[in-house]
Amino acid sequence: MPKSIEELQEIARRMRREIVVMIGEAKNGHPGGSLSAVEIVVELFFDYMKIDPHNPKWADRDRFILSKGHAAPVLYCAMAEAGYSDTPLDRLNTLRKLGSVYQGHPDVRFIPSLEASTGSLGEGVSLALGMGIAARLNHSPSRTYVLLGDGEVQEGQIWEGAMAGAFHKMDNVVAIVDYNRIQLDGFVKDIMEIAPLADKWRAFGWHTIEIDGHDLVAIREALAEAQATKGKPTAIVAHTIKGKGVSFMENNPKFHGTAPSPAEVQLALQELR
Amino acid sequence: MATKTKFEVKLGAATREAFGRELVELGRANQDIVVCDADLSKSTMTVYFQKEFPDRFISCGIAEADMVAIGAGLAYAGKIPFVSSFSAFLMNKGFEQLRVGVAYPHLNLKAVGTHSGISIGEDGPSQMSVEETALACSLPGFVVIAPADEISCRALVREAAHHVGPVFIRTGRPKCPIVYAAGQTFEIGKAVQVAEGSDVTVIANGLLVAQALLAADILDAEGVSVRVLDMHTVKPLDRDAIRKAAAETGAIVVAEEHLVDGGLGVRVAQAAAETIPVPMEFVGIQDTYAESGETDELLEKYGLVAKDVAAAIRKVVARKR
Repeated sequence: MPKSIEELQEIARRMRREIVVMIGEAKNGHPGGSLSAVEIVVELFFDYMKIDPHNPKWADRDRFILSKGHAAPVLYCAMAEAGYSDTPLDRLNTLRKLGSVYQGHPDVRFIPSLEASTGSLGEGVSLALGMGIAARLNHSPSRTYVLLGDGEVQEGQIWEGAMAGAFHKMDNVVAIVDYNRIQLDGFVKDIMEIAPLADKWRAFGWHTIEIDGHDLVAIREALAEAQATKGKPTAIVAHTIKGKGVSFMENNPKFHGTAPSPAEVQLALQELR
Repeated sequence: MATKTKFEVKLGAATREAFGRELVELGRANQDIVVCDADLSKSTMTVYFQKEFPDRFISCGIAEADMVAIGAGLAYAGKIPFVSSFSAFLMNKGFEQLRVGVAYPHLNLKAVGTHSGISIGEDGPSQMSVEETALACSLPGFVVIAPADEISCRALVREAAHHVGPVFIRTGRPKCPIVYAAGQTFEIGKAVQVAEGSDVTVIANGLLVAQALLAADILDAEGVSVRVLDMHTVKPLDRDAIRKAAAETGAIVVAEEHLVDGGLGVRVAQAAAETIPVPMEFVGIQDTYAESGETDELLEKYGLVAKDVAAAIRKVVARKR
């Protein structure tokens, strides 16, 4: 039964609260890039992707790769909310603690339901292409979605993958860029400008769509447009706000890689009611 | 004691050629075998696979990092990818992807480097891989194999395909001397004794196995009985064979076409130190880059031929006494 926009928004709200609390408990981590990607991940996991949390290795499932692995909390919360048995909801607050399944970056050794271990930026497009090629060889309808950071596309391998994706006509692969305009050292435009980003993907031969990455309807429509696009992969440039939903984190480079203090967690939770 | 049969150099196929041929057999037997190559298929010899199975051959262009991670994606999805390029490019440009993309999640991917060592010849040091054994052995869970000839290479490529987990195989460009008779069996992690001897053991792999056999004949004429082990698997190492060699012959020479830093030699030395320490000598490439030249000239100039192994044997035997 498909979820209503209101239901998806409610999941997004819960996940934002979980993200803030779990990173606060961990005392370190990356809240900004988790909060900016919430709607993208919610739309994929709770609406668009064909997945079965109770049968995570179903051969024809759609796959999701978090190439920007430092946003692990948003993925953990989505999987926990979706009910995967290896991502318990009541353990989210063990993030980054010794022995926790919720490692600092996604790790398939701890969570077998994950599609890939990530954390070294730049590898996700290539991983997605490999999975897409496997699906094609298997005549499987499986589609692969890879979420990239905007700073991440500074990695050369992203563009090796972009070239290969178009060359191999990988229409079962979708790359989504969480374009929140902030990376660790500051604003992307000041560290290494990536604009014009959509033009770059287009020039590499990808069908390219630009959307508001917090608009669930727009995300859904872009994913459907990607699925209807044959003969080439699709890149969705999703314009987002770093730290979205928590006023003092929004557009604040400090919260790329800094955990909120206990007082800041309380303030954030008041905003995320 | 029976008269020792002298080792005769008879050139067989290059190990890269053996790899390419075996890959086709594997492809016929298993639909899950997929091959990725980075614009060197006519050199790595994956071209044979490409001709027979074009759908399962993924052209990655000159982009080794992308190629290795595409292979990782294929492995995540249940395929058995063989990713191949010159060792120098595969291991150096693809190393990060082999580390986080393959070794860390322990994927069932096979990385096959060709044109290893300095025997590639005229192309020179930018194409010569003399450090990849060290790199490959630093990846937890990886099996690392360096076959000596076409017979062992085909068998070990087959073993690698059947092994579940990441494997690196080191192959070379030139035709190489045949060490084994057809039908010889090989097991990952199990050294093969290719010559019996009691005074000293030479532990070698790759091209140096044949040179070690030639050196054993030189020393035999001098009254020194040399055991030769083909340590085709550098990781996991056959520690029992090393312990036995140390116990029974009391001295070890390690010979490889690789930098002496971080290669087979240091691994054997570690195993010996942990079991039965004995005098050891090392034949390998010293702390330098080589140059252009013909294969035989280079092996001679950089100290990787039978007379170099023989000199090391004399030295270690002298230390033993």
